[in-house]
Amino acid sequence: MTERTLAVVAGGLRQPSSTRLLADKLAAAAGEELTRLGVTPKIELIELRDHAHEIVDNLLTGFPASTFARVVETVAGADGLIAVSPIFTASYSGLFKSFVDLLPDGTLADKPVLIGATGGTARHSLALDHAMRPLFAYTRSVVIPTGVFAAPEDWGGDEGGGRLDQRVRRAAAELAAEVARRDPATPQDPFALRTSFEELLAGE
Amino acid sequence: MQFGLFSVGDVTPDPTNRTTPSEHDRIKAMIAIALKAEEVGLDVFATGEHHNPPFVPSSPTTMLGYIAARTERLLLSTATTLITTSDPVKIAEDFAMLQHLADGRVDLMLGRGNTGPVYPWFGQDIRNGIPLAIENYALLHQLWREEGVDWKGRFRTPLQSFTSTPRPLDDVPPFVWHGSIRSPEIAEQAAYYGDGFFANHIFWPREHTQRMIGLYRERFAHYGHGTAEQAIVGLGGQVFMRKNSQDAVAEFRPYFDEAPVYGHGPSLEEFTRETPLTVGSPQQVIDRTLGFRDYVGDYQRQLFLIDHAGLPLKIVLEQLDLLGEEVVPVLRKEFAKNRPADVPDAPTHESLVAADKAAAEVAA
Repeated sequence: MTERTLAVVAGGLRQPSSTRLLADKLAAAAGEELTRLGVTPKIELIELRDHAHEIVDNLLTGFPASTFARVVETVAGADGLIAVSPIFTASYSGLFKSFVDLLPDGTLADKPVLIGATGGTARHSLALDHAMRPLFAYTRSVVIPTGVFAAPEDWGGDEGGGRLDQRVRRAAAELAAEVARRDPATPQDPFALRTSFEELLAGE
Repeated sequence: MQFGLFSVGDVTPDPTNRTTPSEHDRIKAMIAIALKAEEVGLDVFATGEHHNPPFVPSSPTTMLGYIAARTERLLLSTATTLITTSDPVKIAEDFAMLQHLADGRVDLMLGRGNTGPVYPWFGQDIRNGIPLAIENYALLHQLWREEGVDWKGRFRTPLQSFTSTPRPLDDVPPFVWHGSIRSPEIAEQAAYYGDGFFANHIFWPREHTQRMIGLYRERFAHYGHGTAEQAIVGLGGQVFMRKNSQDAVAEFRPYFDEAPVYGHGPSLEEFTRETPLTVGSPQQVIDRTLGFRDYVGDYQRQLFLIDHAGLPLKIVLEQLDLLGEEVVPVLRKEFAKNRPADVPDAPTHESLVAADKAAAEVAA
């Protein structure tokens, strides 16, 4: 059976975190959908709170601490990404954006990405499409059509009418289909030569 | 093996008393540091080149010419000479002139510079950084080896029957190092020409340095300049020492915490773990520096950064005493141990002249 890895980035700051909760739901559902497609899922969870200092340090020094470098490698090597941020002041959190800022160019190119977000009110839900989706479009990743927003009423059970689970299931199925039909991710080596010196000399 | 200093030439307030040296003070301090480097037995002094405050060394060959006149033995170099924004014609002439004045005690390290606004001040564009470094060096290389050069490129006016003057001393161009932190194209460039490669090393995890040096060595052999082990490698290092390591940490911490490059970021302990920065006793500096060989192989030049982040001249000179008396003599001895006989020293003017002569005799 083939195996595919999903990196799950949760940008929540509190513990316990509703962002983490949504990330877990999405990861579990995507894992099940992959299994249904005959693919063994491997889930790598990354909580940004654990790396908050390293993220700021990397912004200031220009290089990742060794523990954070492994996080970046995990994302680069994953076959799909589930990215979940809390919505603060009309957009993804600063920590979440800083994390994306630190991924080397091309890290997410052609990588299927499921976007998710949480917020204190359902009125924030459009941030998925006016903030998260353009951000990942810039990275040239393949953002799957369904994004999942979880508002307080979704966690309340009846009020959300169970529709959160439906959205999670639909998004997970879309992500799994994209991941399953692709070859495994091949992260680029930043130290590899991509042109011959003759080409460089010729100005190509 | 050569040991020396490289200086960025930053004017930074001393965080312990909030005083800032004037540009004049800083320039004179760099001179005092270079003279002291010779006095304590170091081999190399290399100055940075910058064209924006808070840095002072905009005119490296002027500075190095002055140092040349006041020293006997010290090898004068740069870290780095901007091959992107400087006209290669002027680099060819400035360094040939310096070579004559210093009787050959000159080499240089080429770099691109990473500050976007500097490029347009010199009519260039940072997006052309790599192509500028490639084209400009190809011209510089030719100007030092040929007279009556006809040349046409993308980035400067064409040349017709141009001879840069003066010609290099003894018709032997200064040895060139190429410095880069993480551009494989520059390691490739150094390997292609059989020039030296210098890894800044100090602000980066060692894995970066190891990969870049590994690539350079492999390509050096590929282009037929010798074995991978014979490639000419230089490394940066950054140290602060006191006899007692706790004293070194306590004294250096305020400078570290507010340093322009890493201040307000990782802790001193984290940065020391992740990069070659060593703050402690001379023995700790010796042990750490000897460890560099474990991941880059036997190498030719070790430069230390010791005068930055607002450290006052007096403290820098004390660091030089420790380097000269306690650290470098031990490093010389230890690095010589188990060094294969066919690993060369860094080329000097004398060795290049001798190699030229030998080659001419073989040809004749």
